[in-house]
Amino acid sequence: MAGVFANLGNWFNERAPGLAPFYSKHMSAYFAPKNFNFWYYFGVLASVVLVNQILTGIFLAMFYKPSAADAFASVEYIMRDVEWGWLIRYMHSTGASLFFVVVYLHMFRGLLYGSFKKPRELVWLIGMLIFLVLMAEAFMGYVLPWGNMSFWGAKVIISLFGAVPVIGDALVTWIMGDYLPADATLNRFFALHVVALPLVLLLLVALHIFALHEVGSNNPDGVEIKKGPKGNRWSATAPADGIPFHPYYTVHDLFGIGFFLLIAAFIIFFAPTFGGWFLEHDNFIPANNLATPEHIKPVWYFTPFYAMLRMIPAKLPGVIVMFLGIAFLFLMPWLDRGRVRSIRYRGLGYKIALGLFAVSFIMLGAVGAGVSAETIPVWFGADADVTTIENLFGRFWTLVYFAFFAFVWIYTHFGLEKTKPVPERVTTHD
Amino acid sequence: MANDVVVDKGRRRFLTATTAVVGGAGAVMAAIPFVKSWEPSAQAKAAGAPVLADISKIEPGQKVTFAWRGLPVFVVNRTEAQLAALPAEDSRLKDPNSDNTDQQPDYAKNEHRSIKPEWLVLVGICTHLGCVPDFFGEIKPEPFDPNWKGGFYCPCHKSRFDIAGRVFDGVPAPSNLAVPAYHFVDDAHILIGVNPGEKA
Repeated sequence: MAGVFANLGNWFNERAPGLAPFYSKHMSAYFAPKNFNFWYYFGVLASVVLVNQILTGIFLAMFYKPSAADAFASVEYIMRDVEWGWLIRYMHSTGASLFFVVVYLHMFRGLLYGSFKKPRELVWLIGMLIFLVLMAEAFMGYVLPWGNMSFWGAKVIISLFGAVPVIGDALVTWIMGDYLPADATLNRFFALHVVALPLVLLLLVALHIFALHEVGSNNPDGVEIKKGPKGNRWSATAPADGIPFHPYYTVHDLFGIGFFLLIAAFIIFFAPTFGGWFLEHDNFIPANNLATPEHIKPVWYFTPFYAMLRMIPAKLPGVIVMFLGIAFLFLMPWLDRGRVRSIRYRGLGYKIALGLFAVSFIMLGAVGAGVSAETIPVWFGADADVTTIENLFGRFWTLVYFAFFAFVWIYTHFGLEKTKPVPERVTTHD
Repeated sequence: MANDVVVDKGRRRFLTATTAVVGGAGAVMAAIPFVKSWEPSAQAKAAGAPVLADISKIEPGQKVTFAWRGLPVFVVNRTEAQLAALPAEDSRLKDPNSDNTDQQPDYAKNEHRSIKPEWLVLVGICTHLGCVPDFFGEIKPEPFDPNWKGGFYCPCHKSRFDIAGRVFDGVPAPSNLAVPAYHFVDDAHILIGVNPGEKA
């Protein structure tokens, strides 16, 4: 029996000699730093969610009808009549939100430990592209059920392109294929959501991982293990502080995945709409182009950027500021000139700035989701001028958000940062 | 023997460049049908036909919404008091004289932004991000504006417009609400989508 498998192995090796080295390069002989902590789960969790989205998405596409006349009813059909359809749909809708949870934490990990710094700039850039495509994918997916929030969300987001000088209006009509979000819009969003963007996403994810495996993973100490001593149990030339991804991190990640699935299952079974945060109440009403929901707001993961848009009192500048909020993240490897990667050894300034940046992101999220508008009358009395207070609050946090990038550049470019000495090797080596 | 071959680099460059240009032009040409396929279809364009609105039943101070090209079109029968309040608002507005010519036809570039002063016809789409503003016609203090003289208030991002659809200063909407092409067929009917003197 063993002979059969050996022969089969040889048969493949003779015909595809690149396969075995490919496997070992990315799995059994990919040496990852041995000191990964909690923050290092989110990359693999994002892959798990991606697989979930693709699997559940394929099955949803078997029952969903991408037309303005049938879409809403077909989603209800999935929920009520298709066997286990409710579970497949809730896995998909919960997966969308959890995708952003893990991706935001994954990105924050990069900022914590300087994973965007040289030589990993390309990994960061491809990752940011994934984030952009993911936002487009999520937005179009949210349009598909053709609820009232789908319709008005689509209208608001598409009309952002109307801010483009000269061609804006024509561009909006072109994107919609009509004078308002209509059947044509829904149908093309379906094609993009289920075919075009997932293909792009998968390609980018593959590139993200290949780019990472070229330079090697960063770690909580921000120490370059490839520059440290060589030789471990498995290889005399591999970094001493590295362990093979398989089986060590595959098993380690399985534990994290198990824990993550526990949380996901709880949400799917007990709180699939998550109180209106994952699936908004207004989206359980069919699309109606003559009635705007009382509060148009995007799903939570877009609200920080949406708040920036709202806080700027003019359309084109508002759109520009919102896109800059993402563009500056792309530039992090070049804005941050600091040599020390990990927050463990960085100056106090960076620690405070990153903390405030995280707070500003959450506060802007609250503004964009309308939480601040609800809270202001409670704190300031029923007669409070909600608009003025909310604008002050939102503009303050928008300023803090952008100040982070300015601060990081000044702080590191002019050598104001006082760093601690970085250890030679990862702190938990044997 | 290969070493004896003299490579004509100029010829090679020329061939590479021309092939790239022809190929590039072909790629652009091939993209046109795909890009154009996203334009509104003949069906969508046909659905954008003009709409005849019966205004005989609209009481003074009342607003009725008609659908044209899937857009809500507000028709308001304005009262004397609402019209009288218009000039006093000028100082609080972004574009009191309707100087932005994209937002109304020439025949509606006046104080009341309409053909007949009492009849206001507007595309009910906020110029900020396309929500439908709510009609607050009464002249009385509102939570969002203690000096309210009647007008429209967008629930999405709190843009305010006066009773002629003119945008207030300091709100996100950049311009006045749009006045569509329209004309009076008779005293009781307006045709939305067609300018006066134009054929439908």
